[in-house]
Amino acid sequence: MLSRTADHLFWMARYIERAENTARMLDVTVATSLLPMSRESAERGWRAMLGISELLPAFDARFATLTANDVLEFMVGDPSNRSSIISCLQAARENARAVRGALTTDVWETHNDTWLQLQQHLKAGLLQRDPHEFFEWVKFRSHLSRGVTIGTMLKDEAFYFIRLGTFLERADNTARILDIKFHGAELPEGAIPPPAETKEEPYLDFYYWAAVLRSVSAFEIYRKVYRDVITPSRVAELLMLRGDMPRSLLASLNEVCTNLEQVRNDQSDETSRRAGLLRAELQYGRIDDILDTSLHVFLTSFLKRVNDLGQRISHDFLVPLMAR
Amino acid sequence: MSAQPGQSQSQSTSFAPFNEMYGADGCARSHYREYESWLSRQSDDLMRLKRSEADLVFRRVGITFAVYGESAGTERLIPFDVIPRIIPAAEWRQLETGLRQRVKALNLFLHDIYHDGEIVKAGRIPAEAVFGNSQYRPQMKGVDVPGGIYAHVGGIDIVRADGGEFYVLEDNLRVPSGVSYMLENRRMMMRLFPDLFTSNRVAPVEHYPDLLLENLRSVAPVGVDDPTVVLLTPGMYNSAYFEHAFLAQQMGIELVEGQDLFAQDTGVYMRTTRGPKRVDVIYRRIDDDFLDPTVFRKDSTLGVPGLLDVYRAGRVTLANAIGTGVADDKSIYPFVPDMIDFYLGEKPVLANVPTYKCRNRDELQYALDHLAQLVVKEVHNAGGYGMLIGPCSTVEELDEFRRRLCAHPENYIAQPTLALSTCPTYAESGVAPRHVDLRPFVLSGQQTALVPGGLTRVALREGSLIVNSSQGGGTKDTWVLGR
Repeated sequence: MLSRTADHLFWMARYIERAENTARMLDVTVATSLLPMSRESAERGWRAMLGISELLPAFDARFATLTANDVLEFMVGDPSNRSSIISCLQAARENARAVRGALTTDVWETHNDTWLQLQQHLKAGLLQRDPHEFFEWVKFRSHLSRGVTIGTMLKDEAFYFIRLGTFLERADNTARILDIKFHGAELPEGAIPPPAETKEEPYLDFYYWAAVLRSVSAFEIYRKVYRDVITPSRVAELLMLRGDMPRSLLASLNEVCTNLEQVRNDQSDETSRRAGLLRAELQYGRIDDILDTSLHVFLTSFLKRVNDLGQRISHDFLVPLMAR
Repeated sequence: MSAQPGQSQSQSTSFAPFNEMYGADGCARSHYREYESWLSRQSDDLMRLKRSEADLVFRRVGITFAVYGESAGTERLIPFDVIPRIIPAAEWRQLETGLRQRVKALNLFLHDIYHDGEIVKAGRIPAEAVFGNSQYRPQMKGVDVPGGIYAHVGGIDIVRADGGEFYVLEDNLRVPSGVSYMLENRRMMMRLFPDLFTSNRVAPVEHYPDLLLENLRSVAPVGVDDPTVVLLTPGMYNSAYFEHAFLAQQMGIELVEGQDLFAQDTGVYMRTTRGPKRVDVIYRRIDDDFLDPTVFRKDSTLGVPGLLDVYRAGRVTLANAIGTGVADDKSIYPFVPDMIDFYLGEKPVLANVPTYKCRNRDELQYALDHLAQLVVKEVHNAGGYGMLIGPCSTVEELDEFRRRLCAHPENYIAQPTLALSTCPTYAESGVAPRHVDLRPFVLSGQQTALVPGGLTRVALREGSLIVNSSQGGGTKDTWVLGR
């Protein structure tokens, strides 16, 4: 298929997945901020969420102080923020529009309709009235676009590049959601958290990790798998190392490798090797070892390697190949 | 339903146009009888509902077009009118015969002027009008294209005057658009009013993409058995992007942009995830000027550098060919009946609108004397821009055009203002007659093919004669009815 087409499909999928995960992240931050806690703790939560998305400087440049409403507005409906939900959904739709001929009508119309509905929701003030409901809607539209892709698209290259985009983005986003807790805690390199607020508000930790689980729809799964109290190390294990947990790092990398294999060409071997290596480390890694060296350090390195994979995929497939 | 027949008194143009639905006696014409009686049984509320449903669906499906001069990415719907324009089968047969004849002659003309120029030598068309035409591409001289076909896709604009007779208003042989609306309008009508299609025998049009693909494959370079066909688009911000994407999808071919292609001595290739892939036929929806920056406009980023050389060497087919613009230019239009006579030895089945070529002194004088009754068109313009409609113009506008005519008479033609036929249409105030035209699409390859009907465009503003979508025009489904 055309390199440009593959590029649009890849990014279409990444943007819708990113919108979904941003909604998940915002939802969990809103939920946690409702717990009884100091204003500082609440603000730390919001700043961590912005920090993890690498948006703190952009936010601070626009707003003198931090209020929950401003963050929500900035992360959802602000078109000048390239990572906001509106920007992601628009980018997903524009990428889809650029290659609508390579999509089934159902897939295209789903993206187009998401974009049209989003504008209605924002105009009608759904975000202000009921943020949770709004985030549920975003998640639902992402589920729908994934489902309609699986349900209607021919399993050819177009399909594999869409899947590749979905899971590379998900690997990145799940890692970030996990890392929020540690972001901005400003620990010395290599040190093991616990973050500051656990002393003053000890019960917060439980609620926090419960909220993280909920944000990736894993609360019930956790109960089912561990049948025990919620501990950070098990949450980390579930979201990183379990291949049967659909939003985990390992599950995402499994899909990345599978789809990469389907589209391989004669210059993509190194990319496949790196993806396979990363997957093997997750598959055969142990959570205790990871926590011993620091979760934050592991996740930071993981994000770097996912980013490297993204660049390599662009280079191998998506940037127009010259005649050879 | 308040569709009063022959309701044209309130129009600013003071003709008695031909009404497609109602005869002079106020009764529905026979081919409209079934529909009219159905329409009279529908409630206003239901029809309003159906119209808003159509809008909703068009928006969701993304059948939109971009408007030049508005900010990039502004998308608008082309208004769709739910009352179909119906053509009886016998009339269509006549039209079809005339269209085949006309397009055949135009293709022969194009081959001739890029080879021996017999028609010019015979004195039937002035050399200046052909070889001095800005649309004439000297690069095409002596180039043999597969099957001698230049205009693979032609959109011929047809209007009907007050006596009910058809005229060809314009030939579009460069990159005619609108066929996707013909197809989507039909799909919409079948969705909104399925029962209408059981009670009326409407000739199908849905196989157009198949005909087009067959046509494109039939003109592949010699020796290519299983040609790769692509559609070349300027990109998603082009006003007709929806149509490009739609047709590529319906034909199952790649939709490419200039940046996706590159030309080498051996041929044209597209850049794919698995390396370069050879392209044999390019259905291009980019004007000549933008096709190859090394030959035509240097600033074009839409085209493919080196394309012309590969094309001239016969290693890739372009549809339409380069240089077809000279045949649909308004300055050549008056000579099409001569072409039909010269190449085919036949009488034209479809008439031209009488045309005054202002390059001739006496015809210019006539135009100047009768400006207020005439339509004046700039010869190289399209899309309803740069024209004067005498009866609808102010004194200042008339003076302005008089000045332009005297300064550059060769740039203009003049025609009597035709009372374009009308068709009942939903307007703000209810159902009212609005002017329509018809653009059938003629496919030329190893065979000539067309689907029954075409795109009916309707001028939604009361009294307006301009049907172009960029200027407030809408569209209707077009039915060819009966045997």
